[in-house]
Amino acid sequence: MALVAAAVAVWLVGWWINARLARLPLEGAARLLPPLVFGVTLLLIWELAVRGLGVSPVLLPAPSAIWARLVASLPTLRADVMQTFVKGALSGYVIGCGAAILTGIAVDRMPFLRRGLLPVGNLVSALPIVGMAPIMVMWFGFDWESKAAVVVLMVFFPMLVNTVQGLAATEPMQADLMRTYAASYWQTLFTLRLPAASPFIFNGLKISTTLALIGAIVAEFFGSPTVGMGFRISTEVGRLALDMVWAEIAVAALVGSAFYGAVALIERAATFWHPSQRR
Amino acid sequence: MTRMARDVLPVLTVVAGLLVVWYVLAVVLNAGFARDQAERDGVTLGPRALVAATLEQERPRLPAPHQLAAELWKTTVEVAPTSKRSLVYHAWVTLAATLAGFALGAGLGIALAIGIVHDRTMDASVMPWVIASQTIPILAVAPMVIVVLASVGVTGLLPKAIISMYLCFFPVVVGMVKGLRSPDRMLLDQMRTWNASAAQTLGKLRWPAALPYLFASLKVGVAASLVGTIIGEMPTGAVAGLGARMLSGSYYGQTIQIWAALAMAAMLAAVLVGLIGLVERVTAAAMGGRR
Repeated sequence: MALVAAAVAVWLVGWWINARLARLPLEGAARLLPPLVFGVTLLLIWELAVRGLGVSPVLLPAPSAIWARLVASLPTLRADVMQTFVKGALSGYVIGCGAAILTGIAVDRMPFLRRGLLPVGNLVSALPIVGMAPIMVMWFGFDWESKAAVVVLMVFFPMLVNTVQGLAATEPMQADLMRTYAASYWQTLFTLRLPAASPFIFNGLKISTTLALIGAIVAEFFGSPTVGMGFRISTEVGRLALDMVWAEIAVAALVGSAFYGAVALIERAATFWHPSQRR
Repeated sequence: MTRMARDVLPVLTVVAGLLVVWYVLAVVLNAGFARDQAERDGVTLGPRALVAATLEQERPRLPAPHQLAAELWKTTVEVAPTSKRSLVYHAWVTLAATLAGFALGAGLGIALAIGIVHDRTMDASVMPWVIASQTIPILAVAPMVIVVLASVGVTGLLPKAIISMYLCFFPVVVGMVKGLRSPDRMLLDQMRTWNASAAQTLGKLRWPAALPYLFASLKVGVAASLVGTIIGEMPTGAVAGLGARMLSGSYYGQTIQIWAALAMAAMLAAVLVGLIGLVERVTAAAMGGRR
């Protein structure tokens, strides 16, 4: 009971600190403080509540237990990340996004095709493409190729729609200016239209990072070699080793955030001129 | 007619093009099996017979569109909707959980957004975690959530609804925070000169201004809800729903069944997104907006 009371106390203290912090004018790295306090509070409450209420580790393991398991099984987790993220998600991401951007540029040359493709692409983006996973596993086998194929399918249409919209975002004035310079199609494309489209393209690239990881993990539920994040999650759930599952989730969240962050950093470097990047 | 020619014709062309690609792929992908079959029967197939054989297989690698249409017709119209073999039944199971999750997620998202807009503490501490929450690939964990909830006795519609809620609330929070903050300084100052309370400002200024954002994020949210529910139906133990249908199809190699479930899911998604678009247009008209 004392631990539960402590959990409530931690919650109140955390809230109070953040209420005080919110009133201060925070700058730079200090702006990370409130979410950090919130996160630490959450973890402490979780730990205290699980211990205080005696929650079975089969239902919800304590953060400390998860951390212990994570540290203990680093080699396994490393192998899983290599299989699922590097081989499956990353290769599919590169192929899918690359193909979509090239298709987008090709489609853009034909306005008729563009008008037809945008509604279809928007519709397909809303469809549950993950459902294609079992079919891709049937076509490409159990190893990472089928995972990459699912990822390609998942990222292709959001990326295509964003590219086509981005290429349409060129200001007519600027396009006219390029024409007065007698610029060729390719010169206009590389010096004006692709840069103008890059905020849209990066938006698509960022959305696709999460889609890629999810696609690669879910595809492993339908068959995989005995390594991989999805494989690990589904087998450890079967063995009720929930601390391992949570460790895998933590790693997935970390890898996913790092992937997203990396793309966001590249975006900042590549589109520093755009208003949304100014500070 | 001009509008028809401008908007509908290109879409139809693209769809027709996709169908052609589909048929070609079906022929290419199924040709190997057809040839093997013919060899075993001791016949050699001419090109025409080969094409015909690829489009009529029982368990093709890629079913042709007409096979898919036939399967859809068979499982929706020719079977009673209450039967376990009816796709309407499975679609209904999925739809119910999707709608429950969507309602929960949209409600939670709107409540969180209102809190974030009005309370600086929540803005500073909760918002980053709303974003961080989405780095957890919930779809990948969905089977675990289902298994764990089942072991505490929560089964049926609710576990699936929780997963779709988790997927759905995020776009709603992000969109609504943006929307509730969209009225500019001048308008907010105007409300203050009228001595409007926070609730009045919310009801008369912020909420109406946020509606376009709301509908845009609801469309994303409902699609995410559907995906969440389908994945939630995939772990073993689920016997009904489009996800279970896909899984059993993949176990028994019934490719046509998987594709039919996929097509049904696609139709559900299109109808749900379309419905929200309709509500959006009606609301906009009722508010005197011009679109």
